[in-house]
Amino acid sequence: MEETFEIELTVNGVHRTARAPARRLLSDLLRHDLGLTGTHVGCEHGVCGCCTVLLDGEPVRSCLMLAVTADGHEITTVEGLAGRDGTPSPVQRAFQECHGLQCGYCTPGFLCTVTALLRDNPRPTDEEVLEGISGNLCRCTGYQNIVASVHRAAELLAEEAR
Amino acid sequence: MGGTRVFGEPIPRREDPRLLTGQGRYLDDLGRDALAAAFVRSPHAHARILDIDVTDALDVDGLVAIYTWEDLPGRVAEPLPLLIPHPSLTHGRTAYPLARDVVRHVGEPVAMVVARDRYLAEDAASRIRVDYDPLPAVVGIEEAARAEHLVHDDVPGNVGAVLEQRTGDVDAAIEAAPHVLEFRLDIERSASMPLEGRGVYARWDADDGSLRVYSSTQASTSVRAAIAAKLGLPPGKVEVIAPDVGGGFGVKIVHPWPEEILVPWAARLLDREVKWTEDRREHFVAAAHERGQVQHVRVGFDDEGRVLGLDVRILHDHGAYTPYGVIIPIVTSTQLLGPYKIGAYRAEVVSLYTNTVIVTPYRGAGRPQGVFCMERTMDRIADHLGRDRAAVREVNLIRPDEFPYDQGLTFQDGRPLIYDSGDYPALLARIKELIGWDSFEEERARAAAEGRRIGIGLGCYVEGTGVGPYEGGHVEIDTSGRVHVATGLTSQGQGHETVFAQIAAAELGVPVEDVRVTTGDTRRFGYAVGTFASRAAVMSGNAIALAARKVREKALRIAAEALEADPRDLEITDGVVHVKGDPSAAVPLRTVAVLSNPLRYAFDEEAQRATQFAVGGDATEPPLRGEEPGLEGRDYYSPVRSTFAAGMHAAIVETDPDTAEVRILRYAVVHDCGRLINPRIVEGQIHGGVAQGIGGALYERMVYDESGQLLNASFMDFLMPYATEIPRIETAHLETPSPLNPLGIKGAGEAGVIPVSAVIASAVEDAEGIRVHSMPLSPDDLYRLRRRAERDESLRTRSGARAARERAT
Repeated sequence: MEETFEIELTVNGVHRTARAPARRLLSDLLRHDLGLTGTHVGCEHGVCGCCTVLLDGEPVRSCLMLAVTADGHEITTVEGLAGRDGTPSPVQRAFQECHGLQCGYCTPGFLCTVTALLRDNPRPTDEEVLEGISGNLCRCTGYQNIVASVHRAAELLAEEAR
Repeated sequence: MGGTRVFGEPIPRREDPRLLTGQGRYLDDLGRDALAAAFVRSPHAHARILDIDVTDALDVDGLVAIYTWEDLPGRVAEPLPLLIPHPSLTHGRTAYPLARDVVRHVGEPVAMVVARDRYLAEDAASRIRVDYDPLPAVVGIEEAARAEHLVHDDVPGNVGAVLEQRTGDVDAAIEAAPHVLEFRLDIERSASMPLEGRGVYARWDADDGSLRVYSSTQASTSVRAAIAAKLGLPPGKVEVIAPDVGGGFGVKIVHPWPEEILVPWAARLLDREVKWTEDRREHFVAAAHERGQVQHVRVGFDDEGRVLGLDVRILHDHGAYTPYGVIIPIVTSTQLLGPYKIGAYRAEVVSLYTNTVIVTPYRGAGRPQGVFCMERTMDRIADHLGRDRAAVREVNLIRPDEFPYDQGLTFQDGRPLIYDSGDYPALLARIKELIGWDSFEEERARAAAEGRRIGIGLGCYVEGTGVGPYEGGHVEIDTSGRVHVATGLTSQGQGHETVFAQIAAAELGVPVEDVRVTTGDTRRFGYAVGTFASRAAVMSGNAIALAARKVREKALRIAAEALEADPRDLEITDGVVHVKGDPSAAVPLRTVAVLSNPLRYAFDEEAQRATQFAVGGDATEPPLRGEEPGLEGRDYYSPVRSTFAAGMHAAIVETDPDTAEVRILRYAVVHDCGRLINPRIVEGQIHGGVAQGIGGALYERMVYDESGQLLNASFMDFLMPYATEIPRIETAHLETPSPLNPLGIKGAGEAGVIPVSAVIASAVEDAEGIRVHSMPLSPDDLYRLRRRAERDESLRTRSGARAARERAT
């Protein structure tokens, strides 16, 4: 029997516990142990960005982290981006408005990445948007509408702040 | 059509809310408690299996089963089906689900392991020792053609198929032509590479003797047929569902994959749920690639650039097996003709076996190669004659008054290659205007003054879309007034739930919010072909429209009774049937649905209205009055032949004089797919296609070494474009309706990708004055090409050569 470890963490504001072997990836813990399947896995080696989640607010590749190392940390996944009442976040709304997704597989990673990007830089330039999303692959959209979505999300956030 | 304007509107997508909140359900999101399968795959490109020793794997905790070919019974042990037989495919070969004796490409499955979870299954797989006797590997098109070694002992010359297409006497036409050119073109392998790989999850119900299978597929009904046949089950005892699919782009049309047979088979045998989710490396070596071809072109033309004869000999690399037949060679050799009237034509495609992963359609499906060939030819002709590249294309275009235009060949649906409609000169005029073709020389001069090197390129294509044989649609209005639409065709992320809802809403006159669409679920619709060849909107869209029309007629008949009116005087607005011009004489569709189903038992208040003592009417008539119960209808759309969309792309590129990097400054698309159902979705399809085309033109290639190892089988090394590589894409539409189908639509899914390599080649050639004859074009490639062209004038275009001479003097 493989040795397992107790892991305690906060996911989308909820305290969660799980037991997992040392080698279990954070992405697998989230998806298969906690049932949060919104986080997707596209390449298993940190290139595509589909599995991006926010760890203590910062975007990380959950396929490159062992679940045990998330012990004691706070994680936000795509399931936690909407408001408590289920209202989609400005970033989620912008992606729908601007047709920033097609198959939707890469989308949770983009949403997490962009959420952090706009928190740190509320009015990014075109260049800054490209730079900000340049670690996420999308095979469907050609990115044009994703870039538009980021700018639109910035507008929506600014409106909300007013 | 009622008052609801919804067809043609860029409404937001219906699938987005769940996909944006993590509520989508992709294959690996299902079956949380299922056992996991993993595969032992061949590390050799070509080898004989001497022995498989599983001893060390047996004590892995959580191991449930290990299977090799020896364990497979009956039809499960037979080779996988050859899906599309064709007379030219004289030596078709398919793989066994698990290798029997010989492996023919790296990644071929040799053993299947089932365990409690994937980690443990991989542990066990890694402990299975397979003893191989390596055989010589055949890698690369030319090595396959030399046939010093064979991929299959019983396939001489490694030749699977020789396909010929011809019209007229091409040798005589070329011999008589005032000008003749001969050259060679090369296109590398790329791949669909959806971000979600393949996957299968199967649940056996022992009590019911039935199987439910989820697969990330583009063809769930056919997967069902294949599983039922292989496992000896009646089709009615097998259900296959394509859940949310994270992209397919062609690769998921192939079926049944070995895993699609083995996972359900094991689930039944073990009476346990079993799931397999492909990992990325598996996807690189065990799914499918496309594109690789070598083309030898001989063309004869007149002083205006009119093509009098075109002779193309193509070597096509189809990998180790041919489950999908010769569809790519057929598409390349027919769609090569594009929007042009070519005098005499002959294409010979020799389709060759190599010890590499199979080659099956990837978005474009052979068209990008055909268009690369034709458009490079147009540019060569223009350069030879010193004429404008757009002008040479113009003289060859089919004119608007020449439709329907018969190219005299047989297309991939087995039907004549007859273009139904189009306006190619208008497309050309529009793309020239959009990119600023006629004023480009000023732009070039301005850039040159700054020491920058820019070029412009153009590419044209015609795309046969909406191939048959058929698709079906089912439309049902329930007693709450909700409309349920089903089609057996699957979705791979294109937005089918939205466009099909738009079509049904427009046909029925109901708010689009009231329409729910189910795709790719055999429980809801059992007859279908699949999503490929830009056919979903044309095929299922029209089938749904026809089914909705049946339901509308039925609703009007029933409402006419209730309102004591003539059905011809009725229309439906916002879900209410009413007398034209008199909204007070009205009955909502939900009530019509109640009336459509005469009842004995009332189960709610609405239902009371349809029970036998509530309904009056003629006591001498049977209550159903010759109708089937329920407000529902089913219909099919089956076209005589394909409908042909078209488009033209143009780009301006800048090449770095030092690093040889190619930067796309502008990219423009003019596209004609007939009537647009949802312009926003069509644009999205074009953007995505162009991005994949740019990947194929500049970055993506499958790098096999001579022993058949794929050296770049990861996202680290296979370079797909990020946002930083894709320019803004400018689009414009023409809408030439198709006369072939009720909605006048043509397919749009593949359009974006088709001419991109040709366009980029044209633009780089124009910027550099160096002939571009192979794609993709990395900075390395361009740098080497420059060095060679310095020594070899034949590698320079005439204008490029002139410029070089001028620089030298």
